[in-house]
Amino acid sequence: MASLRPRTAVAPEFGALLSEVHRVGREVIAPAADAVDDAARFPHESIAALRELQLLSAYVPEAYGGLGLSIADISKVCEALGHYCASTAMIFAMHQIQVACIVHHARGSRFFEHYLRELVDQQLLIASATTELGVGGDLRSSICAIEVDGDRFRLVKKAPVISYGEQADAILVTSRRTPDAASSDQVHVLVRRGETQLEALSAWDTLGFRGTCSSGYTLSSEGAAEQIIPTPFDAILSQTMHPVSHIVWSSLWLGIAADAVGRARAFVRGEARKNPQLPPMSSLRLGEVDIVLNGMRNNVQSAVAEYARLLEADDADAFKSFGFATRINNLKLSSSQLVVDIVGKAMLICGLHGYRNDSKFTLGRHLRDAYGAALMVNNDRILAHNATMLLALKEA
Amino acid sequence: MYAERVREIVSQHGRLSVPVAELADDSDLYQAGLTSLATVGLMLALEDGFDIEFPDNMLSRRTFGSIASLAAAVEQLAAKPVLV
Repeated sequence: MASLRPRTAVAPEFGALLSEVHRVGREVIAPAADAVDDAARFPHESIAALRELQLLSAYVPEAYGGLGLSIADISKVCEALGHYCASTAMIFAMHQIQVACIVHHARGSRFFEHYLRELVDQQLLIASATTELGVGGDLRSSICAIEVDGDRFRLVKKAPVISYGEQADAILVTSRRTPDAASSDQVHVLVRRGETQLEALSAWDTLGFRGTCSSGYTLSSEGAAEQIIPTPFDAILSQTMHPVSHIVWSSLWLGIAADAVGRARAFVRGEARKNPQLPPMSSLRLGEVDIVLNGMRNNVQSAVAEYARLLEADDADAFKSFGFATRINNLKLSSSQLVVDIVGKAMLICGLHGYRNDSKFTLGRHLRDAYGAALMVNNDRILAHNATMLLALKEA
Repeated sequence: MYAERVREIVSQHGRLSVPVAELADDSDLYQAGLTSLATVGLMLALEDGFDIEFPDNMLSRRTFGSIASLAAAVEQLAAKPVLV
């Protein structure tokens, strides 16, 4: 069997691919972004464009026909997409998290090896159903339990949020291992469209990330028992879902922030043109916001580099260290606050032109999306985890 | 066709150490005292004067090296619609 260990270096042809992402961003994704935001609708045209670039199988190893991109590459694609449409970037990022869970943890499974090839051929989109009504957002706790009978399973879960659940071809769902298992004894199972019913519980009409269509559903599904990933969910979470989520989310928030600063820069440049020898006051603010953006970028890059090193070392215990888990949480906590700070600073620079909805410097959508970063996975819960881990953490 | 206007703008915004009138179209502007920071003011004045926008990849020493190279850049940019 080919190695499922992902490539961690930047692929040489990646520069060309990233240029294509930016081209599609300018020509397809950005032009649709306002309509997606207005109607809180799924960005069909943007995801179709990503499918055309084979990007839904970006993280699938080349042995299975995927692009075999590294986590560093995926981070850069998320950032690029964040420039054009945060909802598209978020859908792409969340899909990559699910792909990474399969790529890292389903090795040796006949079903999943076949599924990866299917994913590549059909550019399948995978959503996630981890949170559950009644567990208060705690990923490591499930109420629902999968019932396995012979080689078939049945599962019913009340999920308050399943982003793009109706548009996804499959959903990775957490549940208890058996009806008498403890709430933390969880498995991760892939349920497929055609074998799954989604009954709406709540709608998604939010301030930002409106195109992610993250409504709530009662999910009912049946399928083959081999659709359960053969690794316990706690290992999937610590080695993959937790670090990859915070890396790809922070990367797309970086894209939102960088685009806001880009608009501020274009605005200041226009002001400066009027009097080339005397830079406008706002140019100092541009210098200041660039420092913050730079810090945010460095945080993302350092987390990507550390995670890539751990993947390379392939040491399962290293992912479980409190030090690593806290640093990954810190990335999420700081990036989600910096994106609001940076977009706010960019708006001050652009002034009324940034505040208006009908100006080319408008930053309203950026600001609304930016506020979602701290909320869509709540910062206070993460901070409380860190506070606990820090009590036991002895390293400097 | 653009060299004369470019020459005028370089004279006003280039902060050179020698009078622009003493320079040939292909004289090296950096040798004549152009600094990289001064190229920013020069760029902005050229953008304003010709209603153009320099893309990042043209903000190079090659573009700003001489009046002739600047005039060629302006001509190229003026031929295209302005994109922001």
